[in-house]
Amino acid sequence: MTTERPRYAEEASYKIHGGCGLMGICDESGKLMSGEDAILAMAVQHDRGNGLGGGFAGYGIYPEFPDHFAFHMMYHDIQAKEEVEALFDQYFLVDLAEPMPTRPVKGITDAPLLWRYFLNPYPSKLEESELSAEDYVVKAVMNINSSVDGAFVASSGKNMGVFKGVGYPEEIGHYFRLEEYEGNTWTGHNRFPTNTPGWWGGAHPFALLDWTIVHNGEISSYGINSRYLEQFGYKCTLGTDTEVAAYLFDLLLRRHKLPMELACKALASPLWDEIDRMPEAEQAVMRSLRSVYGPGMLNGPFAIVLGFNGGMVALNDRIKLRPLVAARKGSILMVASEESAIRAVIAEPDSVWMPKAGEPTIARVKGMDWPIHGDLHLDPSEISCAVTGTERSCDTVEVTA
Amino acid sequence: MPTSFIQPEFKVKIDYDKCHKCGRCVQQCGWGVYNFNERPIPDDSKCRACHRCVTYCPAHCISIEKNQLAYRDNDNWSPAARKAVWRQAETGGVLLTSMGNPLPYTRIFDHLVLDACQVTNPSIDPLREPMELRTFIGHKPDSVGVEPDGNGGFRLAEGEGMKNNLMLDTPILFSPMSYGSVSLNVHKSLAMAAQRLGTFMNTGEGGLHADLFPYQDNVIVQVASGRFGVSPDYLSRGAAIEIKIGQGAKPGIGGHLPGEKINKEVSSTRMIPQGTDAISPAPHHDIYSIEDLRQLIYALKEASGYKPVGVKIAAVHNVAAIASGIVRAGADYVYLDGFKGGTGAAPQVIRDHIGIPIEIAIAAVDQRLRDEGIRNWASVIAAGSIRSSADVAKAIALGADAVAIGSASLMALGCHLCQSCHTGSCSWGITTQKPELTRRIDPEWGAEQLTNLVHAWSHELQEILGALGVNAIESLRGSRERLRSIGLDEQMNKVLGVKPAGM
Repeated sequence: MTTERPRYAEEASYKIHGGCGLMGICDESGKLMSGEDAILAMAVQHDRGNGLGGGFAGYGIYPEFPDHFAFHMMYHDIQAKEEVEALFDQYFLVDLAEPMPTRPVKGITDAPLLWRYFLNPYPSKLEESELSAEDYVVKAVMNINSSVDGAFVASSGKNMGVFKGVGYPEEIGHYFRLEEYEGNTWTGHNRFPTNTPGWWGGAHPFALLDWTIVHNGEISSYGINSRYLEQFGYKCTLGTDTEVAAYLFDLLLRRHKLPMELACKALASPLWDEIDRMPEAEQAVMRSLRSVYGPGMLNGPFAIVLGFNGGMVALNDRIKLRPLVAARKGSILMVASEESAIRAVIAEPDSVWMPKAGEPTIARVKGMDWPIHGDLHLDPSEISCAVTGTERSCDTVEVTA
Repeated sequence: MPTSFIQPEFKVKIDYDKCHKCGRCVQQCGWGVYNFNERPIPDDSKCRACHRCVTYCPAHCISIEKNQLAYRDNDNWSPAARKAVWRQAETGGVLLTSMGNPLPYTRIFDHLVLDACQVTNPSIDPLREPMELRTFIGHKPDSVGVEPDGNGGFRLAEGEGMKNNLMLDTPILFSPMSYGSVSLNVHKSLAMAAQRLGTFMNTGEGGLHADLFPYQDNVIVQVASGRFGVSPDYLSRGAAIEIKIGQGAKPGIGGHLPGEKINKEVSSTRMIPQGTDAISPAPHHDIYSIEDLRQLIYALKEASGYKPVGVKIAAVHNVAAIASGIVRAGADYVYLDGFKGGTGAAPQVIRDHIGIPIEIAIAAVDQRLRDEGIRNWASVIAAGSIRSSADVAKAIALGADAVAIGSASLMALGCHLCQSCHTGSCSWGITTQKPELTRRIDPEWGAEQLTNLVHAWSHELQEILGALGVNAIESLRGSRERLRSIGLDEQMNKVLGVKPAGM
């Protein structure tokens, strides 16, 4: 039986430009905050989007299932759901499968079928695969995105989730009833694409496992960034800017084991003038970083917030061509495209500042480990479409799971 | 029998009404065109259209015209083809010429256009924002290993980090041109300019004259098949060492500097007897394959305390595989010389018919090195007719780390591309060793001209980067997404890795 269904892993066969608004908030003490705060922060940044994409990521939101991988799924139709659930049954022990709790919201139309699953790898299959649980999950994500038409994995990490779709972020937030969730870290995004793909998966955050990225910007160096990544096995043909940022973080943090601070310095390098004035040892590090990772340097305007179990990192481009404001109140660190968003959530912040160009703003939740990828050993070519969701890259992924 | 079938190429016209009868033209012409008998009388057959006399005539009364001799129409037998046959019938020799390939092959650079930012990302104003051209030439590791420094920061871990790279303030070097083929004053001009510009000149295969020692930190010393001028001292002085395998203008053949150009100074610099022809063999006789090259690379590294060692090759059909081999053999950079590159002397048939365009060579090599995951291991320097800052930007966008300019730098010193370097009579005092001609270039003036040219191109590069919305040259390097082609066929687009305009 054949049905006409879109490839859900595809957004568009060309590069999509766009501007955006974003936010991130993290309570470093680990205290939980309602998703309402994230909605509020995005609502005051309404005009930064055009209603074609909004989304949130929340961390620590599933205390009842802290050790399960939480799969947030988008389905075009029942058949896609059945196909994916058959895969789940084969490879995972699903402890809970339920429709995402939503409510009707004016402005939200054409929603796909939204389901979530709390699952763990089937122990004997995991053992048989000789993979870590994380690798096993990524392979499954990739398998679904590439081989099941009409199905898309919005997020797949533990104790976290991504809620996104086509609409303004405050509409999306209320649609997903985010005020009913509590998390230690939230990120949010408001999208202004220059075309109208109307694709729910294309909204930010992009996610793989517990790692999410929201991005405002246009990477003018996309051409060389993508060619650089291809050298390491990543496939980014016809992808989005966000995808190269995500892969570069993966390359620098996971594969080359750079500390977060230096990874950020490699991606948004200081000027040579500044490097020349640094103390000798620091200069040697920066010279090498810039020369070695020059092809990966993200040039052009961007503001990015990376979220993960354990905190978040916000980063601006090297000459701050996109807005990013930060504030602190006690143990809470918040960043946003506009100060208004911060003041909407935190009435009287202890301090508000503009993070300098290329200076990462880092929040770490107390007591939580940092290896943000968990036990992940995948080859870059294997994680391609999991993050990108472009059809072209999916076609080239070999599925072995 | 006529002495020659070949008629003069140019006609020297003098407006005797305006002529001062000063004899300046007689004195300026290196080719002996003029006789003076109350007024200058030109012999058209000797004229090379180098414009030296035109430039120096105080009355502006000299003009050089093409000899518009009509030949019976024949697309197949162009006048040039007929003249070549006549000349060879007369002499029985290989036709010698110089400078770059003048034939009308497709100029790929002229079919490529650059991008600019509009609305979705901002262009950057180079007058108000930093715009970085600094470039490092040499081997770079694939990753950087760091360790905590104990003060909350990080330092390079043992043995990690970038080592022994050449630092360029702008991605433009001067091409190798030997002392002998060009004059010492030209070498001095290049060396002084390189030092002022924060870039490098290249000795070519003629050794390093003692007058250039003060500039040695901005000099790349070349080791070619003739080994002229090579000594431990020479290797220790250069900032980097370059093994010359081939040259774009004459791939696969050696060099020949006629004995007339080997005066006392050239002889001592090259370490060969005065007045003897300096003949570089076609191959290095210790490099008959890639493993031999590796040995020479490491021999030179050992001899020089591990300075960067580059390898210069002519762009030929299999250039990508060759370059890959060179990188794996341990070279710190690969210098690619396209088939339009200049020369001080080459057989015309070789210059005009052997090799491939530099644009294709850059694209093929850069892609191959990426496919093999070794692009970081070596830099790519591209040369072979870089005519403007636009060519520089396009070469870099195709994947070159830097470019080298030879013809353009000589033009900055007065070269008019008369293609007569091999005669040793250059009226501009560039490719000659005759003292009355070489003194025509004051190195201080020459350095100023060269510095101006490279500064001008660098400013233009900054403007281009700004329009592209990036503020560092590494964000253009290899970014073929910022190029589009116009009027190239699909196959060529594929080879170049460039989309046609409109896509």
